[in-house]
Amino acid sequence: MKIPNSLTGVFDKLLPMSLTIDRHGIFHHVGPTLHKLDQKRLISGRGFFDVFDVDRPRNIDAGPDLLAMHGRRIQLSLKHDKGIKLKGIVLIDPDGDGAVLNLSFGMNAIKAIGQFDLTSSDFAPNDLIIEMLYLVEAKSAAMEESRKLNIRLQGARMQAEEKASTDGLTGLKNRRAMDQALSEFISSEQPFALMHLDLDYFKAVNDTFGHAAGDHILHRVAEILVSATRKNDVVARIGGDEFVIILPDPPEKEKIEAFARRIIKKLEEPVQYKNHICRISASAGTAISLDYVEPNADQILSDADMALYASKHKGRATHTFYANNLRKRTEGLSVAT
Amino acid sequence: MHGLVNRAIEKFVCDTYGMESWRNVVRKSAIGIDTFEAMLSYESIITSKLLTALSSYLDKPPGDILEDIGMYLVSHPNCEALRRLMRFGGETFEEFLYSLEDLSDRASLAVPDLLLPDIELIEETKGDYDLAITDSKVGFGYVLVGVLRAMADDYGALVFLEHKGHHKNSESLSVRLFDDGFSEGRSFQLTQAAGA
Repeated sequence: MKIPNSLTGVFDKLLPMSLTIDRHGIFHHVGPTLHKLDQKRLISGRGFFDVFDVDRPRNIDAGPDLLAMHGRRIQLSLKHDKGIKLKGIVLIDPDGDGAVLNLSFGMNAIKAIGQFDLTSSDFAPNDLIIEMLYLVEAKSAAMEESRKLNIRLQGARMQAEEKASTDGLTGLKNRRAMDQALSEFISSEQPFALMHLDLDYFKAVNDTFGHAAGDHILHRVAEILVSATRKNDVVARIGGDEFVIILPDPPEKEKIEAFARRIIKKLEEPVQYKNHICRISASAGTAISLDYVEPNADQILSDADMALYASKHKGRATHTFYANNLRKRTEGLSVAT
Repeated sequence: MHGLVNRAIEKFVCDTYGMESWRNVVRKSAIGIDTFEAMLSYESIITSKLLTALSSYLDKPPGDILEDIGMYLVSHPNCEALRRLMRFGGETFEEFLYSLEDLSDRASLAVPDLLLPDIELIEETKGDYDLAITDSKVGFGYVLVGVLRAMADDYGALVFLEHKGHHKNSESLSVRLFDDGFSEGRSFQLTQAAGA
């Protein structure tokens, strides 16, 4: 299809990415922006298929195939630079002499514009591509700000969590708060008993009925522990199914023992979760600060832990006080929880 | 007030006068905020307090400071993104001037809750324009004077700019464009170089 000379200026301005071919696929006229994509090869007289590959539809590799695409969309790529994709439409000349194709960049417009150093004068004034580039940049800048804000908020959240003293799931004190309370008792020389309590069969509930059931159990445990303790007692969840209770001004050992048994008995009551009946138990071990000449937080925690493991070893669901001889007896033993 | 506005003031003070000055201004303004988030919203009174404190700290009229902020926003290397967005307005300074009529639409395309005043450009005689700003928070016009001054340099245009004062919620600027191609200006590519 030949464009009258008087109209090439109009074509070049309105459709700078258009080209015309004859019925054999030889170029008649190539728009100025397409020229920029490859000035050396896109010259009149050469064939369309020397320069472009038709990616979609497939199997279009000669002039007549292209003309048969009249009115349809096609997708092209540059033969010597497959990264540059173009899309367009083919319209045949009603007089039967070849066709006109109008092309544009697809999703890789930004890459192509950068690679071929195109400016806004390379596009028709009514082409929205400049607005699109503006939007991409503006939105990316705004997105980047939001991303930074998210990162800062995330950091602040982590900091806040670090400073928090509550266990998010149960509302009990967390490990950090327990450590703090413990060191305050020690530094103020206030006597206390520290009970380390570990749930038995909790893992089985989690594995069998799912984490939601496990969480439900933990809530229930927290309720039991809170209602069984006095106002000034410290109740903390220090791990998945591990709890620490600090009893300031501890009552006699018999009372602590009774207290522990009461809790364990209460914890053994079956809990319904949805259609399931969940059963757990607990083992506990206690160390008393008055048994130490110089109480030390790590030592007391470790001793209560030792007593707890002795309880586990005795067959669970029991409570044990720490005593010196425990260390030897439980050494080398490991108890599955 | 949109966080972007307060954040712009903060960046302007930090990049121009240093962190220590910013801390002083914040202390002086008693706003109780030491850094702003661009994507959050703040009460308008905070911006006014900040500007009052800045004006007294620098011993400079608020109008001059706002103009400096405008220049900073499109000419400082740390604000290259904004300069680029402005350059999308047109290929010549005159086209850019007309694109200011779309400024509030363009801004809200990028950040939907950022509301900028309406701007109308009236060419009185050839090269002699009147920029009418309506629904303006008083002061926007001064920022715009700074922006236009820096953008004229960017395009390489020779202009004379004047803030003609405000009336109720409107401001008016006079722009005289002597030469659109006075100097080469700075280059502008449609796409950013990779890694930039």
